[in-house]
Amino acid sequence: MGENPISIHVLGICSALAITTKIDTAVVMTIAVVAVLSISNVVISFLRNNIPNKVRIIIQMSVIASLVIIADQVLKAYMYDMSKLLGVFLGLIITNCIVLGRAEAYAMQNSPSKALLDGMGNGLGYGSILIAVAFFRELFGFGSIYGAQVIANQIYLGGYENNGLMILSPGAFFILGLIVWAHRAYTGTSDKH
Amino acid sequence: MQHYINIIINSVFIENILLIYFLGMCSFLSISKKVETSIGLGLAVIFVLSITAPANWAINEYLLAEGALSWAGLGHINLDFLQFIVFISVIAAMVQLVEMLMDRFSPALYVNLGIFLPLITVNCSILGTSLFLVERDYNLAESTVFGFGSGLGFFLAIVSLATVRKRMRYSDVPSSLRGVGMAMLLTGLISMAFLGFSGISL
Repeated sequence: MGENPISIHVLGICSALAITTKIDTAVVMTIAVVAVLSISNVVISFLRNNIPNKVRIIIQMSVIASLVIIADQVLKAYMYDMSKLLGVFLGLIITNCIVLGRAEAYAMQNSPSKALLDGMGNGLGYGSILIAVAFFRELFGFGSIYGAQVIANQIYLGGYENNGLMILSPGAFFILGLIVWAHRAYTGTSDKH
Repeated sequence: MQHYINIIINSVFIENILLIYFLGMCSFLSISKKVETSIGLGLAVIFVLSITAPANWAINEYLLAEGALSWAGLGHINLDFLQFIVFISVIAAMVQLVEMLMDRFSPALYVNLGIFLPLITVNCSILGTSLFLVERDYNLAESTVFGFGSGLGFFLAIVSLATVRKRMRYSDVPSSLRGVGMAMLLTGLISMAFLGFSGISL
């Protein structure tokens, strides 16, 4: 958590934000990323002594892309509605900087079992931010948590309204900015300017 | 003609690939510290997107989509599950090709844009654009225009953030908010401004 890939290194938020309007899509995305990241780390770690240095990026890319295709097909087979919701963003796990970054920085140097743990840890760290952003966006945007209405009807009658901005894209930027701020204040890291 | 202008306006302002779909954020945040480099990256993205969008369209139309192989008598084969891996390889190959051509024919441009080209392969906005144009069933002309428009949208967003960040140097930001945190909040504000364009069409 101290080295959280999103809030410290700001990697891989490309595909992350668009699917965080509700918690359930964020959870499915997290599971997909953890699966792809840990399996790709293990595969690349097994191959690490046989990969020529010059073509390593393209080999890592093909391993990752194949795993993403499998994840996509599994989702289409078992959770068709969810795969429609995630749409192109599931495919964008390929270009997620975390997956390639961990393969390059960790799996190329370490044994498969360590790489598996590293993949799971990073995937879960990434997922925790996704779910946190989704939690706030769903709470303020729809008044619900994981699909269950939590803000009572009386409050709406009293003049409370859902905040439409949270569902739109600026809401995600603001919440992620604030989470990064809180996390960095807690861990005491900061950039130059 | 009007239809194409509409696609451009739509992809630049209303459905900006960066501010509305969050694609290409990694390089967006790391490169936007300086105005000159952000202009360089923006131009490179426009360039690569305008080439890869029609290329990937053609590959999808004639090789991958359902019934696309009927010209070879293989109409019953549907290869669209290969989209991701084929698209990303096309993008990587195209970027490499552009880099070599640029080095050969325009060394000055290569010096300026060269360092950004490898970064572009893993820029989500390039792959995202290819996937969007399949999802939206664009034809060849529409996908070229859409690719160019998305690139222009990226350029606009990254240059505006870079200019705002340049101004932020003179302001007193809390220490843990500096850098990425502030950039996210600023992007939120820019994105809010772009929402004002929604609903425009010719």
